[in-house]
Amino acid sequence: MLRLPPFTYHRPKTAAEAAALHKEHGKQAMFVAGGTDLYPNMKRRHQVPTHVVSLQDVPGLTAIEQLPDGRLAIGAMVSLTTLEKHLQLLRDYPGLAHAIAEISTPLLRNMGTIGGNLLLDTRCTYYDQSHEWRESIDFCMKKDGAICWVAPGSPRCWAVQSSDSVPVVCAMEAEFELVSTEGTRTVRGDALYRDDGIEYLTKKPEEVLTRLILPKTGGWKASYLKLRRRDTYDFPVLGVGACVWTDAGGVVTKANIRLGGAGSYAIPATESEKLLVGNQLTDELIAAAGTAAMKPARTMDNTDLDVYWRRKVAPVFVARALAACK
Amino acid sequence: MVLDDPAVTTPQARTDAPWRHDAKKEDLNVIGKPIRKVDARSKVAGLTRFADDLSMPRMLHMKLLRSTVAHAEIVSIDTSKAAALKGVKGILTGKDLPIPFGILPVSQDEHALCPDKVRFVGDPVVAIAATEEEIAWEACRLVEVEYRELRTIGGIHEGAANDEPRLHDYGVRGNIHRLENLEFGDLQDGFAKAAHVREDTFFFEGNTHLPMEQHASLAHFDKDGKLTIWSSTQTPHYLHRALARTLHPLPAHHIRVIACPNGGGFGGKSDPFNHEIAAAKMAMLTGRPVKIALTREEVFWCHRGRHPVLMRSKIGVNKTGRITALDFHSYLDGGAYGSYGTASTFYTGALQTVTYAVDNYHFRGARFFTNKAPCGPKRGHGTPQPRFALEVQLDKIACDLGIDPAQIRLDNLAPRDSLTANFLRIGSMGLGQCIEKVVAGSGWKERRGKQERTKDGRIRGLGLACSSYLSGAGLPIYWNGLPHSGVQLQLDRSGLVTVFCGSTDIGQGSDSVLTWIVGEVLGVDPLGMRVVTSDTDLTPVDLGSYSSRVTVMTGNAAMQAAERARDIVAKGVADKLGVPASRLVFADSRVYDAEDPKKGMTFAEAVVCAEAKFGTIGTVGSYTPPKSAAKFRGGGVGPSPSYSYSATVVEVEVDPDTGIYRVPKVWMAHDIGRALNAAIAMGQIEGSVYMGLGEAMMEEMVYRDRTHKGNRIFVHKIPSMLEYKSPSALEMPEVVSYVVEDYDKNGPFGAKEVGQGPLLPMMPAVANAIYDAVGVRVDEIPVSFEKVFAALQAKKEGKEARFGPSNGPDGVPEVDFGDSLKIKTPWQGGDGTAWNEPKREKKAAK
Amino acid sequence: MSEPNKVLETFSVNGEPHEVAFLPHKTLLEVLREEMGLTGTKHGCELGECGTCTVQIDGTPVLSCLVLAVDAVGKDVRTVEGMACGSGLHPLQDVFADLGAAQCGYCTPGVLMAADALLRDNNSPTREEIKQCLAGNLCRCTGYLKIFEAVEIAAARMRGEDAQPSEESIYGAR
Repeated sequence: MLRLPPFTYHRPKTAAEAAALHKEHGKQAMFVAGGTDLYPNMKRRHQVPTHVVSLQDVPGLTAIEQLPDGRLAIGAMVSLTTLEKHLQLLRDYPGLAHAIAEISTPLLRNMGTIGGNLLLDTRCTYYDQSHEWRESIDFCMKKDGAICWVAPGSPRCWAVQSSDSVPVVCAMEAEFELVSTEGTRTVRGDALYRDDGIEYLTKKPEEVLTRLILPKTGGWKASYLKLRRRDTYDFPVLGVGACVWTDAGGVVTKANIRLGGAGSYAIPATESEKLLVGNQLTDELIAAAGTAAMKPARTMDNTDLDVYWRRKVAPVFVARALAACK
Repeated sequence: MVLDDPAVTTPQARTDAPWRHDAKKEDLNVIGKPIRKVDARSKVAGLTRFADDLSMPRMLHMKLLRSTVAHAEIVSIDTSKAAALKGVKGILTGKDLPIPFGILPVSQDEHALCPDKVRFVGDPVVAIAATEEEIAWEACRLVEVEYRELRTIGGIHEGAANDEPRLHDYGVRGNIHRLENLEFGDLQDGFAKAAHVREDTFFFEGNTHLPMEQHASLAHFDKDGKLTIWSSTQTPHYLHRALARTLHPLPAHHIRVIACPNGGGFGGKSDPFNHEIAAAKMAMLTGRPVKIALTREEVFWCHRGRHPVLMRSKIGVNKTGRITALDFHSYLDGGAYGSYGTASTFYTGALQTVTYAVDNYHFRGARFFTNKAPCGPKRGHGTPQPRFALEVQLDKIACDLGIDPAQIRLDNLAPRDSLTANFLRIGSMGLGQCIEKVVAGSGWKERRGKQERTKDGRIRGLGLACSSYLSGAGLPIYWNGLPHSGVQLQLDRSGLVTVFCGSTDIGQGSDSVLTWIVGEVLGVDPLGMRVVTSDTDLTPVDLGSYSSRVTVMTGNAAMQAAERARDIVAKGVADKLGVPASRLVFADSRVYDAEDPKKGMTFAEAVVCAEAKFGTIGTVGSYTPPKSAAKFRGGGVGPSPSYSYSATVVEVEVDPDTGIYRVPKVWMAHDIGRALNAAIAMGQIEGSVYMGLGEAMMEEMVYRDRTHKGNRIFVHKIPSMLEYKSPSALEMPEVVSYVVEDYDKNGPFGAKEVGQGPLLPMMPAVANAIYDAVGVRVDEIPVSFEKVFAALQAKKEGKEARFGPSNGPDGVPEVDFGDSLKIKTPWQGGDGTAWNEPKREKKAAK
Repeated sequence: MSEPNKVLETFSVNGEPHEVAFLPHKTLLEVLREEMGLTGTKHGCELGECGTCTVQIDGTPVLSCLVLAVDAVGKDVRTVEGMACGSGLHPLQDVFADLGAAQCGYCTPGVLMAADALLRDNNSPTREEIKQCLAGNLCRCTGYLKIFEAVEIAAARMRGEDAQPSEESIYGAR
């Protein structure tokens, strides 16, 4: 049986206390929410924190709250199952609700949290392996080794952004509330993430993600379309998050398209976005925007399914995601 | 205890008995009824004890340190740091277990721990036992092994091209493990008669069993010098043999193997395994119980799954589509060890003739040693790969000639009660009926070739394929003339019937099969019986749960034991009641006079009568399959007491923009001979559809092939539950199953197999359905989305609308198969021998 | 780092208190099987990828391989051993046994835990809802169909209906 390495377990009562505990133990500490990402990683010795800081006792993190300005604040510890079935989310943010319902399996959604999914470790078929397996390839730079097997000449790690919620949340320009010993700050959308398989977050390690804040509804529509082998279990090997703002006449005023599962962060399909702005969302335009998404879909050979095929079908997936924003 | 009085035992074949093979359904009380399995309630209550559920006081936990390189000589092993770790109680290396073993007598090429050479990433090198599993794992990390790396042999083409370095110092030559070359009839004449000839190349990627239960074993060596091992094995008898061999001089009768209920096997627990032998040795070394429970990744290293097979098939048909000749080449990627590979190689050529009459047939097979986890028998053992090739090729022929693919199969059916070109004896044969069922059920004639669109723009297609499978291998692994299955019955005064048998329940219901057969013959409630199985100390030998042999072989042995018990009891009752024994009826747990049903007694009272007359009541039964008609070298693989048949139609819906497809519905008809239990047989059909669908769509054992610091890295790409893709509840299609019953005279109550056959046609049917939908051929398994897309792209670009291995000369490796063994077919007056076979020296009998 | 010490905690498992000493980094799966002897809960990967180790915590099905045992203290843990009442079986178990929805029986405890939770929320689930509910429990034997049908029949029986398996599912289509 695969087992966890030993660690000291903490259950602080406030976010500030959690941040302080993390700061105290530095690199030896990690936060845990649902445990569905961290514990498998620990069993495979990707992460071996000697101090695990659980956020389950921090009050307020399981709340879903309508803010006075119309935005919706979701506590980081709200379970994915709760969100997937949440009536307001289903009504006002169906794209996000759909993305959440597409995450792994019902059992893991019962345990996993939105905060955990937003901060999901990047994945790679050279990395998501047991310690013994990784020993057979002399490890990789993400853990215990020196090179990136996906691009051996590369100075960086190319592990893949694999969260289903991130592409759509970034496309929607949602905000993240972070708490540390120094106070609370908010970052918006893409700003939380970095294009690096190892340092994939801009958040400081001791900062606690406390809330996801969704923008006010009206004037925009978001969608998510996922490519994977099976309709459950699997991480996205391409996850298109799209958000389109239109004026009263149906003319696109702004569009965000993010490609998940294609690189170390949710990659913007900038050319496609540009094509849309100022135009009506016609079938022809959608197809053209899809085609333009092939270039940024820089898929790498470190997930399930063929790398070139994933790239070739990206236009189809982008077009279908955009069609769902009509 | 066993009564063996010729006066009360009768020969097996009784034509007057109500349990003859073609008994009327209404005459049977147990057989054919949907009675629940004898162990079902324990399983749903979580009370079934699988191997890893067992523990003992003072038990140690063992871990294996496995090779991290694909091919290397072991220069040195330093275990001193591991030995110093607190809690470590025992360390074994290859020198502690020097005797090799292997499932087949011809390939004793494995060691529990590699003594001098490692042959794949995952090959075990050191075993460490400690008080906690974590300590054993940590201790393994402290072992220093120095390797001298050897060139890696990475697959079929490399195996053919590189004679050096050899993985093993036996085999045909270089890295060729086996070469077979069998020619039946006159190929030249056959092709001369053909109006149409096709040659196609196919590839079937390897895949694995993925049983939900990870292998585990618990070994205990007691102070009386007796060893007991509880293990997740489908073949306790062969594990017993391997332990007796490798633990020499421990006498075989000091070794007790108990096979726990298997949490799924599918062939993956049919070999004796290194971890079992190492655990046994460790228990002897430490004097404490030793448990090893493999991780999921280690289950992938055990493997013994489907061989990757490259195939080239040349087929000739006359103008009505009747097959005149078949010339079939198969190239098997065997992985690092022999395992069942010799048999697997023959199986890639054995059963082509059992579905369709092939007048002239040439089979050439080559198996290569490569630096991968060893391949072996997975559900269908060696036959799904050629079945895929043949069924897709027939589909192509039908298209070429404008014949309905269902019709071309019906026109080519092998006749019942016949000998095939390769001397396999067909008995009952319900394939025609199977085809008719699925054709009618699916609306094949109306819906095929219509390319209907679904609401979301997908294109529908239907594909048809057929298959056949053995009801147990006609020849045993050890050619010793002994029975393949033995059953012992004990009748208690309470009325309890206890069945003792070496067979192993892997979920297929073999324990229950015993109770249904004995229950029918003795007229007692199967759920009231006790079954003691798979314990080499207590139960007579049964060769194991593989090759779909249990229902027919164990079933016939149980039948014989039950008939003998019935005769004894009947004699006792006849005296008591003053009624002729022949007039007695055994039913509803009573024994009574057929002419006056009130005149009788309970079964328990009947046993008492018999016991008073004869003493303790116990009987035995055994089964040996009929002699094979094939007498040529290699004719030992393929014969079976009977063959099951399956036909399927699969519906697909293909997204033409991406190649992504789904399978919403499957129609599957299976000729089972007779369903001993309708509901349980249905479960086997549905389970086969499921596993076949997984193979067709997604499952594959693929390897990472990279170079690092001058060395080649060659390791299984995805040894996990998540990344080895296996269909979920959401991928499972609706299945319409048809149980076709063509009673077979060699089966108990006419039964044939059902556990493997219905898997076989799934893969070609999916490929054929894709073609029907979007007009492209994927000649490679799995038919994954990207391959459909690539074929669609090729079609769009005006190239051949196909994805698959090259049909050109480079598509298959150049292999000198040598001279063929030439065998005259039955219709040429052949007698089953090869006319050019060198005389073999007669081995000492038995 | 120093050896961690065991903690002594009382769990509520299947409605009964279990006092157990264990290391704080142990998962619920390990504590159930190895400390309490409740081996009805099986395991197939220990990484959350197969569903075999599913148990219920406060009525919600979760993977015991990814739950720390200490986090289950003070909660209502339910395992397959707690399903049967008295000498009988839970209706789900009953139908699973009768219909052959358990073949090797290894995934069965996890499947039962997931299905039981579904029926508590929804006493007449559709086939699609059952599929979705079991989308995290791998089974390699049955092809799921007997499982789906067993859940449907059990649900009907729990609603007080006299549900029986269809002729077709037992004898095949005609």
